[in-house]
Amino acid sequence: MNTTIQSRREVLVELDDVTVKAPPLDGAMPVVGVNWKIARGDWWVIGGPAWSGKSDLLATAAGLVPPDDGAFFLGGRNVQIIEEDDLLQARLKVGLVFENGGRLFHHLSVAENVALPLSYHRNLTVADAAVETAAVLELTGLTRMAESVPSRIGRPWRQRVGLARALGLKPEVLLLDNPLGGLDWRQAVWWIEFLAALAAGHPFLGGQPLTLAVTTDDFRPWKSQGRQFAVLKENRWQALGGREGLDPVREPALRELLAAG
Amino acid sequence: MESQEATTKLLRNVQSIMEAPLPRGYLKYTGRMLLRFVLTAQGLGAFALITLGVAVTKFNVAANVMRPMIRAEVRRAGLRLLPVVLFIGSALGFVILGQTVALLQKFGASEYIGKVMVTVVVRELGPLAAALLVLGRVGTATVIELGTSRAHGEVEALEALGIDPIHFLVIPRMIGMAVGIFSLTIYLILTAVLSGYVFAFIQDVPILPADYFRQLAGALIWEDFALLALKTLGFGVVISIVSCYQGLAQPLRLEEVSFATTRAVLHSVVACVLLDAMFIVVYLVM
Repeated sequence: MNTTIQSRREVLVELDDVTVKAPPLDGAMPVVGVNWKIARGDWWVIGGPAWSGKSDLLATAAGLVPPDDGAFFLGGRNVQIIEEDDLLQARLKVGLVFENGGRLFHHLSVAENVALPLSYHRNLTVADAAVETAAVLELTGLTRMAESVPSRIGRPWRQRVGLARALGLKPEVLLLDNPLGGLDWRQAVWWIEFLAALAAGHPFLGGQPLTLAVTTDDFRPWKSQGRQFAVLKENRWQALGGREGLDPVREPALRELLAAG
Repeated sequence: MESQEATTKLLRNVQSIMEAPLPRGYLKYTGRMLLRFVLTAQGLGAFALITLGVAVTKFNVAANVMRPMIRAEVRRAGLRLLPVVLFIGSALGFVILGQTVALLQKFGASEYIGKVMVTVVVRELGPLAAALLVLGRVGTATVIELGTSRAHGEVEALEALGIDPIHFLVIPRMIGMAVGIFSLTIYLILTAVLSGYVFAFIQDVPILPADYFRQLAGALIWEDFALLALKTLGFGVVISIVSCYQGLAQPLRLEEVSFATTRAVLHSVVACVLLDAMFIVVYLVM
């Protein structure tokens, strides 16, 4: 039933039997056999313990790292044969929020970090991009710290700047790498509620529901909001289906990711 | 597919050879050094070609963002170094004239000081001194900035936002260093020429300003101007490419940034000297 519904909706990102490249420095194992379709309106939650390849999977889905094997489609087009300009346009529709402080540009202020993609892709001066930048900062509760540099603000706020920076370009799909990692419950609640508002169709995005994919090492905060679930088990992709798939009795690999603290 | 696998296998073999302990024996050691030189030259060449390709294809992309960055880089590699260049230019003028005047007076040939100034300062020392200064002050800072950015994952963040890191990080620095070295060389030469005459005047060398400048003008040919521009712009491109390559082109950990910086200085000096040697051939033919 779920598959039928999904096939009717537009598939925005598709990984077809993909092997995800592991970073060369750290001796990590590649994730194999990834068959993942992100359709419009999905909210994927992908769980896995540390070093299971979650970040590498998202980097591949965002088009940052080409897969070692398999086919990768963005907006229905195979990225291996797509023209460079078209690929850029397709990639701009997929936003990525990095984990662990959002990988901000440390020599730029918070406002400049958020303004950079806007001004670069639309060829705007800093002054021209100011109104849109202020709107994104307001939306994410960052107005007070707009002129601070990233090293002067706490990690949870840096993570939020990463979110604001990705939202500025108004993507169709937003990939978030372990967004709740290291956050206190107050921040975590803000993130979940904010993402739920985006998924429901926020006025900032013109009321269009945002398609989401988050990774996590703990399924519990996402159980009520996520719509599709998957797990990376022993470096293999395994789709679990909807919320009913989060059954630790049926799937032992989930025990650790659902364990009460 | 097979050829791709063969290439990957070859690269893996080369990598394992390079990581193995240094072999004993002069021949093997020399071989290793040669292999390392070839691999570095290959990497630098590829990076230079990619950069030049991006410079052409993205010539006017995001001009409102890039222009202020280019201006900032020109200010950093040019204007900010002007005081120290004026100091070095004056010192160079004094030192060269001090040595040559004493030497030429012994042979009664002090009227050739203009010729010496052109040959030594305009063609050789001026461009090289300006290039080394920019390398020390800006090239090293570039490796540290880019290496740290790379280690913090900021380069991937740029790519995730659809911003070409070569366009955003390398092109402004390349233009900045090329224009900076070119402009600083001109100021350095002018200062050296003027301070040279002041020194000659203090030393009672019997030469009038008009004669001195006539000698200079006589010793200069039009090719000097063209070659000076080419050489200084070339030094700027070489230093920026090497610095950016060391900072950007390979995954770095934070603790590796210092090694990358010293490597960049060494490779830049070697590359500049090689470029200089190519120009000496041109001067000899002229």
